[in-house]
Amino acid sequence: MQEIKILKKVGLFFLVLLLVIFSVFPFYYAIVTSFKSGSALFKVDYYPKVLDFSNYVSAFTEQPFHLNIFNSVIVAVAVVVLSLFLGVTASFALGRVKFRGRGLLLLTILAVSMFPQVAVLSGMFELIRWMGLYNSLPGLMITYMIFTLPFTVWVLTTFMRDLPKELEEASIMDGASPWVIITKVFMPLLWPALVTTGLLAFIAAWNEFLFALTFILQNETRTVPVAIASMGGASEFELPWGSIMAGSVVVTIPVVALVLIFQRRIVSGLTAGAVKG
Amino acid sequence: MNAAVDIPEEKSRLTQSRVRAAWLFLTPMIVIILMVAGWPLARTIWFSLTDANLSDLGNVNFIGLENYLTYIDYGDGDGEWVGVLADGKWWISVWNTVYFSMISVTLETVLGLIVALILNAKFPGRALVRAAMLIPWAIPTIVSAKMWGWMLHDQYGVINDILMFFGLINSPLAWTANNDLAMNAVIMADVWKTTPFMALLILAALQMLPSDCYEAAYVDGIHPVRVFFKVTLPLIKPALMVAIIFRLLDALRIFDLIYVLTSNSEATMSMSVYARQQLVEFQNVGLGSAASTVLFFIVAGCTVVYLMAGKVKFD
Repeated sequence: MQEIKILKKVGLFFLVLLLVIFSVFPFYYAIVTSFKSGSALFKVDYYPKVLDFSNYVSAFTEQPFHLNIFNSVIVAVAVVVLSLFLGVTASFALGRVKFRGRGLLLLTILAVSMFPQVAVLSGMFELIRWMGLYNSLPGLMITYMIFTLPFTVWVLTTFMRDLPKELEEASIMDGASPWVIITKVFMPLLWPALVTTGLLAFIAAWNEFLFALTFILQNETRTVPVAIASMGGASEFELPWGSIMAGSVVVTIPVVALVLIFQRRIVSGLTAGAVKG
Repeated sequence: MNAAVDIPEEKSRLTQSRVRAAWLFLTPMIVIILMVAGWPLARTIWFSLTDANLSDLGNVNFIGLENYLTYIDYGDGDGEWVGVLADGKWWISVWNTVYFSMISVTLETVLGLIVALILNAKFPGRALVRAAMLIPWAIPTIVSAKMWGWMLHDQYGVINDILMFFGLINSPLAWTANNDLAMNAVIMADVWKTTPFMALLILAALQMLPSDCYEAAYVDGIHPVRVFFKVTLPLIKPALMVAIIFRLLDALRIFDLIYVLTSNSEATMSMSVYARQQLVEFQNVGLGSAASTVLFFIVAGCTVVYLMAGKVKFD
């Protein structure tokens, strides 16, 4: 009996080890690669033998990578602030007030979050050209609303619904208007939900590729994913793998750090968004 | 006595003002959604019925369903079918998308289930392992596409190195360039990135299960495998179905991973990649919009089937 127990423990240990290696190895390998240059790149190493930072230098000198990072931050922050602001008020209405058409509205919001982005590509192109926002960051901020806003509203509504009813009733008795209830009474209770939703919206905007690829023309206005995808060498067959990996590591570490810090909240946000459906 | 009569009246006035406030709060959100989703979608469907070209969107003519399917008669008894639905490349991209979605979602579900069961067991450092599993999910798709492109490199790739070390292959494989292997490369990268997400969703469902059925099954001495199929699986089935549908809808619109990992290779071209190529590279907004519209209705159809089958409640 004792032996079987130990065997089970060892088996579990190896399964877990395999799992961790499977999850972490590709990113680990990207870091190892980013410290290699020249012919060292063309030899497979499983641990860093030298620490060569030249790829990090060339990632920033060969293209305006610092601008690309700046653009991504600006766009993602603006998108998060805007969708949280619109999301909080809308989710109060959807989560706390009974009115006709609420079910249909929620259904529409869910449906919009399932939209294939390419289905709105030509209409969106026309729209932002008409607004004079083609090839500009505000153009991206507006187009990103299509996936961050429905998601934010949906998740915040599930959180809003769970807030205690008594609290709201007491505030109504005190003569508080809905706006005061949102900003003064619910806000302090809601901030964990806001952090979670904001973070998920930030990651979605930070990672977006199709719109950024299609609606931005210049290197200086590009966001990070497009900048990494278009890092090129002398020819199509000589991609600067070292710089690509260095750039990838630079833009991924902040996101991974955020995710690890807020991992509990993220898991609860993801399940609220997907499972409670 | 008066108070008893007054309260309902007071309440209904309060309800009325609340409903008014609700609509006031909803208006900005609805306006934005209509602007960035409703209007562009309507325009895309309209463009699919026109001969629109990217260089001149102001000057378009209605041509009916010609972008979808039409027969051009050459007048000498000869002719041909043209339009999206007559394009062999479109049907290849449909098949690629369906094949990719089926295989990757199946793999992700099975692996995700296994991983969730492992993580549901108690062992020291479990929180750390769970954190490590979030890393693939957090990495931007473009970055993971590049990382896998490098790991699958035909000459210097680490995957070939590992496979050759274990003697599984004799010579390096050209994963992304070889048409027979390219789809496997895409599926590999997608499974790596998305399995943890599936596992965490399933894990959340597992942790909400009541422990008493398990205690009962344990006392009765029922084999764990039987318990899994008879107790666990039926109990997490609703959550599992939602996760699968979400993943499936996501997989049907795949673009970034394929675009970056295997570029415009026909062997992996998805419906989204096809539509964007028509729209942007060939400037053929009419045909590209037709392809986008077909994709939209496929996804919409899946959503409706899911909503009806799942009897999702909204109130």
